[in-house]
Amino acid sequence: MFENLTARLDETLRRLRGQGKLSEANIAEALREVRRALLEADVNFKVAKEFIAEVREEAIGLAVAKTVSPGQQFVKIVHDHLVQLLGTGSRDIAFATKPPTRVLVVGLQGSGKTTLVAKLGLRYRQQGRRPLLVACDIHRPAAIDQLEVLGKSVGVEVFRGESGAAAEEIARDALDRARGDGFDPVIVDTAGRLHIDAGMMQEVAEVKKAVKPHEVLFVADAMTGQDAVQSAKAFDEALGLDGVVLTKMDGDARGGAAISIRAVTGKPIKFIGVGEKLNALESFHPDRVASRILGMGDVVSLVEKAQDAVDEEEALKLAEKLKKQAFTLDDFRTQLRYLRKMGPLEQILGMIPGLGSKMKGLTVDEKALVRIEAIINSMTPLERMSPKVINGSRRKRIARGSGTSVQEVNQLLRQFTEMKKMLKRLKSMGMGRRGLSGLPF
Amino acid sequence: MKLGRKWRERAAARAARKAAKEAEAAAAAAASEAAETARAGGGKRGATGSAVVGGSLAAEVAEVAKDAAAEPGESPAPEAGAAAGGSGDSRGSGESVESGGHATGGTAQPARGRRRERLKAGLARTRERVAGRLRRTLGAGRRVDDALLDEVEEVLYEADLGVEACEQVLDALREQARAQRLRAVEDVVAVLREELLRLLGEPPPPLLPAGATRPRVIVLVGVNGAGKTTTIGKLAARYGAEGKRVIVAAADTFRAAAIDQLAVWAERSGAEIVRQDPGTDPAAVVFDALTAARARGADLLLVDTAGRLHNKANLMAEVQKIRRVLQRADPTMPHETLLVIDGVTGQNGLLQARGFHAAMGLTGVVLTKLDGTAKGGVVVAVKTELGVPVRLVGVGEALDDLQDFVPRAFVDEILGGLGA
Repeated sequence: MFENLTARLDETLRRLRGQGKLSEANIAEALREVRRALLEADVNFKVAKEFIAEVREEAIGLAVAKTVSPGQQFVKIVHDHLVQLLGTGSRDIAFATKPPTRVLVVGLQGSGKTTLVAKLGLRYRQQGRRPLLVACDIHRPAAIDQLEVLGKSVGVEVFRGESGAAAEEIARDALDRARGDGFDPVIVDTAGRLHIDAGMMQEVAEVKKAVKPHEVLFVADAMTGQDAVQSAKAFDEALGLDGVVLTKMDGDARGGAAISIRAVTGKPIKFIGVGEKLNALESFHPDRVASRILGMGDVVSLVEKAQDAVDEEEALKLAEKLKKQAFTLDDFRTQLRYLRKMGPLEQILGMIPGLGSKMKGLTVDEKALVRIEAIINSMTPLERMSPKVINGSRRKRIARGSGTSVQEVNQLLRQFTEMKKMLKRLKSMGMGRRGLSGLPF
Repeated sequence: MKLGRKWRERAAARAARKAAKEAEAAAAAAASEAAETARAGGGKRGATGSAVVGGSLAAEVAEVAKDAAAEPGESPAPEAGAAAGGSGDSRGSGESVESGGHATGGTAQPARGRRRERLKAGLARTRERVAGRLRRTLGAGRRVDDALLDEVEEVLYEADLGVEACEQVLDALREQARAQRLRAVEDVVAVLREELLRLLGEPPPPLLPAGATRPRVIVLVGVNGAGKTTTIGKLAARYGAEGKRVIVAAADTFRAAAIDQLAVWAERSGAEIVRQDPGTDPAAVVFDALTAARARGADLLLVDTAGRLHNKANLMAEVQKIRRVLQRADPTMPHETLLVIDGVTGQNGLLQARGFHAAMGLTGVVLTKLDGTAKGGVVVAVKTELGVPVRLVGVGEALDDLQDFVPRAFVDEILGGLGA
């Protein structure tokens, strides 16, 4: 809904241009828009209120440059502020000088603790360490089996206590085992619990006492709403958190909970979970999450992904071709392949600023790309160079060769022509400057 | 990777335009081959889930298995593959239909009971705290002014009502205030309550109406970790206690040990479970379960599905296949499709509901984990935008901690018990 915060702020602030300066009166409306965006992203009400007050201070008296859109300037202030609030960038857990390093993973039910423990196990095994995963969730049915299955699939040892043992006993036995067999780090999974459940909070405090962890990680669902402040604060007070992990960031939640949790605990966000696969764990980048909360897309990740997938020289060659209007179906196919290499299309599209809202309810069919590629593959080199030669009988042949229909071939050709037209127009508009409109930077 | 900034910008712009274009193409093509995609949908996920959980389960499950051996179930239908949408759906061979004996759900340890008491105590404490805060906020005799309306706004927002619903309620309140109808704090509460109740609508019908055709089929869907499996366990316990014959279908074949988790719940509640190996096509499990439910004259078939984010097209296609399989067997099935939403979920709950409603046609929402401090106010927006009402609320981890949704009680919770 707020993918277009910048555009709306532009609208609101356009009137200010003549005035040269932002004043308390004329930014009130803009701040309301920002507040709406924050609340819609599930930033806690009080946290949002404080945040707005701070931004107001900074924005008042700011000169409105005539060249830049005031909306962009304003969003930049908000964005920078959010980044500042979210804290410094990614930090891994700190390894102890005297092994084993002990990590305790805590959180509410269903936040993703067990999955995170397995992901951490995989991460440290890949770094050449020998992690031990400890199954201390003795409450949820089959939770221990779940960790065991996950541990097996990532090739990491899982410690399960004797049945009937208390969680802190299992933890203590696991530590003995780790010391004896040289495991490091030791990652302890605990049962999900409500922060107001005194008995269960007591239990995890006992586990903490037994483990003496170097890191207590609080796992929070990115979809968490206003209640994030309550639970994070209670867990921090009871256990003394060292870091936060946001899970399910591959969904379409804005993740305002990140702001709320950071604001009430002051603890850094260390990782984000971005998928069900066990390697889907990423470092936390405050600037990206800030963009996401404001609904501005995630251009940095997009560019990074593109860089991973695209061969630089190829890209430069392509840019040259685009300039000369010599873009062929061959190049189109190359682009298509890059695009598919970048990962699931829906994820890519979600990163594009301003596109998020238009994508709502649209199912992205990865197989359509395969079909398009098949169609291009069924063309002769000449046809790919100059699609004009493709007549009726060629169309039929291409359709047969690619296992598609003539309609689909027609559709592709139509789209390609339109794309070329669009590129022409873009070029005449002066690419690059307008290309990223809607971005503050 | 040390290309200039300009190049990076241009690359991004290019990729953006490109992707936009592709999206169009994809959307167009998607329409023409929706049916095809659905079948391929599940493929992406399969690999990880295929590890078979060996006999490493708790003693309770072993007992279930023994019972099953003693009382062999009806043979599962071999033509599941064909009905499950075309051909070639190869499935694991380890089919087993277990009958979980009608053990009374009394295996709950004393420790559980104690824990529940603690929970209840904790709940009461929170309620008091919130109520106290509201009494301070809306203390008796206070004049109705802007400051008070601001504080009301805070209470509503912090209940996760969301911008739209909050503004709607606040507009109603302001209108009344302008009309000078609000003299005391009590009037404010009355307006709030009335407005929220109006948004929530009539109390919904029961899940298992008297005289319903057998078996009544209920499918539960939701994002990961919302509480689907637990809710199934509680539903099975509730209707089991009413003397109904309940079968649960373990169609979460993806998450590690999800089937075992459901098996434990089935055993506790005395329901029968239909399960296959991890990694099996969930739609095939459902087909088998339906066949078993019909053969045994079950009253209720509860389908547990894997958690999935609503923005993953392939996973949504997978769950749609379950629906298709049921519809092919009987167009009125599934009789209920319930979305399970975690009570702590914020505004994303509405996006979840939109996604699942578009794919599955929801008939209701189950709001779980309401025994914490979260209010789950996003369901108001779900009801007003999509017309999908809350049917059940989960208020604890014990078998009987699943209650029918009572709008009045829910509104009282949001308003902090004031005047309740």
